[in-house]
Amino acid sequence: MRQSSRLWPSFRRTVIALTALLGACIVPGNESAFNPAGPQAGRISTLWWFMLAAATAVWVVVMVFLAWAVRRSRQRDQALREPAGDASMQRGVVVGGALTVLILTAFLIADIATGRALGALPRKNALRVEVIGHQWWWEVNYIDPTPGRIVTTANEIHIPVGEPVQIIGSSPDVIHSFWIPNLHGKKDLVPGHTTSTWLRADKPGVYRGQCAEFCGAQHSKMTALVIAEPRPQFDAWYNAQLASARPPSNPVTARGQDVFLKSSCVVCHTISGTLAAGTLGPTLSHVGSRLTLASGSLPNTPGNLAAWIVDPQRIKPGTRMPSSNMNQADLQALVTYLESLK
Amino acid sequence: MTVARGVAPLLPLEVETVRPDPVAPQVWEEVELTDADQELRKELLDTWGDNPGLWGWLRSTSHLSIAKRYIITAFLFFGLGGLEAGLIRLQLSQPENSFIGPDRYNQIFTMHGTTMMFLFAVPVMVALALYLVPMMVGARDVAFPRLNAYGYWVYLIGGLFVYVQFLLNTAPDAGWFSYVPLAGPEFSPGKRVDTWAQLITFTEIAALVAATEIIVTVFKHRAPGMSLNRIPLYVWAMVVTSFMIIFAMPSVATGSQFLAADRLIDTHFFNHAEGGDSLLWQHLFWFFGHPEVYIIFVPGLGIISAIVPAFTRRPVFGYPVMVLALVTTGFMSFGLWVHHMFTTPIPQLGQSFFTAASTMIAIPTGVQIFCWIATIWAGRTRFATPMLFVIGFFVVFIIGGVTGVMVASVAFDQQAHDTYFVVAHLHYVLLGGAVFPLLAGVYYWFPKFTGRMLSERLGKWNFWLLIIGVNVAFFPMHILGLEGMTRRIYTYLPETGWGPLNAVSSAGAVIIVVGMVVFAINFFWSLRRGKTAGENPWGGETLEWATSSPPESYVFMYLPVVKSRAPLWSEGSERVVVGGLRSDVRDTLTTTLMDAEPDHRQSSPAPSIWPLMAAVATGVMFISAVFTPWGLVVGSVLLFFALFFWGWPDKADQAKRLAGESEATA
Amino acid sequence: MKRAGVRAVVAAGVAGALVLSSCERENRGYGEEPAGNPADAASLTPLQPGPTIRVTAGRGPYDENAYKVNEGKFLYSAMNCVGCHANGGGGMGPALMDENWIYGSDPRQIFSSIAQGRPNGMPAWGTRLSNDQIWRLVGYVRSMSGQLRKDVAPTRSDDMFYGPSEQRAKELTPKNATGATER
Repeated sequence: MRQSSRLWPSFRRTVIALTALLGACIVPGNESAFNPAGPQAGRISTLWWFMLAAATAVWVVVMVFLAWAVRRSRQRDQALREPAGDASMQRGVVVGGALTVLILTAFLIADIATGRALGALPRKNALRVEVIGHQWWWEVNYIDPTPGRIVTTANEIHIPVGEPVQIIGSSPDVIHSFWIPNLHGKKDLVPGHTTSTWLRADKPGVYRGQCAEFCGAQHSKMTALVIAEPRPQFDAWYNAQLASARPPSNPVTARGQDVFLKSSCVVCHTISGTLAAGTLGPTLSHVGSRLTLASGSLPNTPGNLAAWIVDPQRIKPGTRMPSSNMNQADLQALVTYLESLK
Repeated sequence: MTVARGVAPLLPLEVETVRPDPVAPQVWEEVELTDADQELRKELLDTWGDNPGLWGWLRSTSHLSIAKRYIITAFLFFGLGGLEAGLIRLQLSQPENSFIGPDRYNQIFTMHGTTMMFLFAVPVMVALALYLVPMMVGARDVAFPRLNAYGYWVYLIGGLFVYVQFLLNTAPDAGWFSYVPLAGPEFSPGKRVDTWAQLITFTEIAALVAATEIIVTVFKHRAPGMSLNRIPLYVWAMVVTSFMIIFAMPSVATGSQFLAADRLIDTHFFNHAEGGDSLLWQHLFWFFGHPEVYIIFVPGLGIISAIVPAFTRRPVFGYPVMVLALVTTGFMSFGLWVHHMFTTPIPQLGQSFFTAASTMIAIPTGVQIFCWIATIWAGRTRFATPMLFVIGFFVVFIIGGVTGVMVASVAFDQQAHDTYFVVAHLHYVLLGGAVFPLLAGVYYWFPKFTGRMLSERLGKWNFWLLIIGVNVAFFPMHILGLEGMTRRIYTYLPETGWGPLNAVSSAGAVIIVVGMVVFAINFFWSLRRGKTAGENPWGGETLEWATSSPPESYVFMYLPVVKSRAPLWSEGSERVVVGGLRSDVRDTLTTTLMDAEPDHRQSSPAPSIWPLMAAVATGVMFISAVFTPWGLVVGSVLLFFALFFWGWPDKADQAKRLAGESEATA
Repeated sequence: MKRAGVRAVVAAGVAGALVLSSCERENRGYGEEPAGNPADAASLTPLQPGPTIRVTAGRGPYDENAYKVNEGKFLYSAMNCVGCHANGGGGMGPALMDENWIYGSDPRQIFSSIAQGRPNGMPAWGTRLSNDQIWRLVGYVRSMSGQLRKDVAPTRSDDMFYGPSEQRAKELTPKNATGATER
């Protein structure tokens, strides 16, 4: 009977508590559309805040009217039957409808404006990076007209801060989706199609993104990192990548290279400057310089690398990399060698 | 004997708390049946009743029993889908959880989506309609009772098939939307995706059957005087839904058969190397997929329109506008599908068109909401559990609706697509827009189905647990999505920082489960010990409340004639009824489309085992088609025979009719 | 009530039977490796001193596992078996989809052929591929001549079409090197 008046205080308390809880939980960390690091994500973020404000206002207004309608109706002895009240109800519905159309038109205009702004990113002298999605890792090729200056790497994309980058996406197997929330929206990599996205990072940092289209057993662990760094650092990195893999400089790494070339690793992996030229898996020419292993599943440490080599199925069940049963000494040497490939 | 018959209830009703001992409600009065009525009742029971025992149950074509089975089966699937959801939330409650491995997880989330969308949401809505629509339009049964039975059996066989496959480690695992090339022959070996493709066939046949029933019943079997502008809004919603089913289902049926063919007989529909395209699958699927969610949502709108009048004591404001809104929603829902594909490489100009359409569809729904609020304002509202769920619908659905308008924008969708933001959106609109109205409908119509009231106290617990649980479970997902959490992942690293919000969400899931357990307890307890309900415990205005609770097999002793939109409110205790229909054979009345003038007498078929046989033959056909294309041939032969005997004339019935006719004309 | 009880028991029994017979075809078996190296155990030819011992063809561990056989198909092109054997029709190497098996059609013999290498150019993959990978290839190779059940054999790939998929391959009775049929 007195339900509406009992509802309000507890409702209010719940709203406040939830807002506080959620506020505590929103940690605008690295990987967040709330934390744009470039103009593309920035424009989408602006659109988002506008839409959030409008949507919240709409919901609150409708709830207020609903509560008011309930309260008003419980004060009546008899329901109003037509034609009583029809005129004011009609007014209410028409005004509501008109406001709805206006707000939605505003949304549409905001969206189209944002879309046009996204397409207007200056593209002069863009760095062109080809991203190829595999099950379940990212192949990255930096396109350059001079073949000798093409860099091939995997899972981690370095870009210069403040310069436009064109991501050219494709996939030889299933549909993947390349997405770095801090920088831009996502683009699906559909087999048989080549996609193109333009983005720019205006702040240096490491930006993480997961594959955003279900692609099979290890869709969960297919992560890309975009590392934005100032131009000089980017150039230094690029030139280091162009160089062949460092030859072994001590007996341990020499043994490690030996182990690599004699076991099943060469079937799938490339180490430039050696006979290993497999293309099924990510290139390992500079694996020591990467921040993560197994497409972002593990931080790049010797221990993790050893664990990955011994039993990849435990970390990424379903991955195509087989387990190995090399002895401890061989494993140690191999890991030392690989970590030396900076 | 006495039959309780409702009085025109314009009196305010108070919310009553449930007491264990049944107390006769004070709203209605007991009416004595005359001797002639008794005779008529006996004859009608004889004509329209089912044979006893298992045999009679299998042969039944009564829409009442078919619909009840349908609803119960759908709720069982709801429970299974909910279990799957619980497993998902358990696995995701902590980072790097090892509760479920990736392969099993992929099957579970695919089964969750498939069960909820194909085996629960659409079937339960059409089943409720199959029960209520004939009664609301004043008919004794649906237009094609045997086809109705066939539709149910096909649905049951399909649902059982996919769950048996689940037990055999062969559940589909490529998502409920089964994108190629992942679901194609190269990347999904085995028979999992083939199972999915044929499940679609079963549920699609059942849905098309139900849609046909609803449309023909509403168009041709209405009570005399129920012109198109006097049809209840719930019935309008179901007509719109049925037309949507008819136009949308063939698209997914085509797509799924293309997929089955690609996987079984080396066709190349989706093989880009041979001229096909993966995007073709997406278009075919989403051309169905978007109307599908409106097929689930529009019945919810209808249920709200059915419940609000009873609890505000006045009809819904703006009937023509409400009908127009429903029809517009139905039409427009076919123009939105590309918004599921905004991140694919399709031309941007086309994408903008779909943004505009996806934004515009909020307008008719918004207008409906304003009309309901106006109705509440002008009415005299009282609260019982159905009305609580209606308010819950407003609260939860509108959140989902506004996030929907957000993801309708191409630019924002680039960030939100395939993340937990969309998961949050879809659950808000489905839970708020379909499940809450459905539960409101269950609480509202349970007295009609069973003759007993559901407990108000348990109902309140059910509502509050659910609305709190839904918000705790799904609101954090908006944030998770925009913080980078993509969909369909079986685990995530602790460094992402998604752990706390996921834990909150899983806690919310637990609350939802508790709420649904309360619902189940309420349901089973009230079946035995609920307060006895009369014909019209809520004081509703539509014709289903003019039958006994539960309705007897003949539904209406005399078919009503209506003169207004709210027959039970405006026609007092003297009712005009149809005369001249026989009660010794299954006679129904066919009326004209626009003004429902009586047109001719239609004979309704007797119960038959052949719908079940035909459904089994259909089952054989499509289940064996998973393994070999020859299954279609063998199954077709079986189906041919089943249909042959289905159509075999019922000589006894014909003789009885002719004998009766010559007597009448003699 | 009693009938309902009987029905419930029967239903439970059926469900239990189904669960226990849980389909091997779909088993992903991540990280599982079939035990031992059969290359040592397989004989290359039925010729031997003493009385003739009839060799019955065995079963590969993945003969009923559609997932593993499909992975075998992936390895077949990834390891460039197509370079010599084409898609089963052969070229530089012998055809794999016919009934002639120079070094034996028993799964263990096929395993040996892949692991040890063979004269005239067949590389030795034993040090480069794990046992599990070689068994997958064995399963796939057998599917090319229709030795596997239709629901296990792979279907077409998403590449240009080269002919009916292994699922539609005619089942051929293998002949060993001396022309005698093995079954």
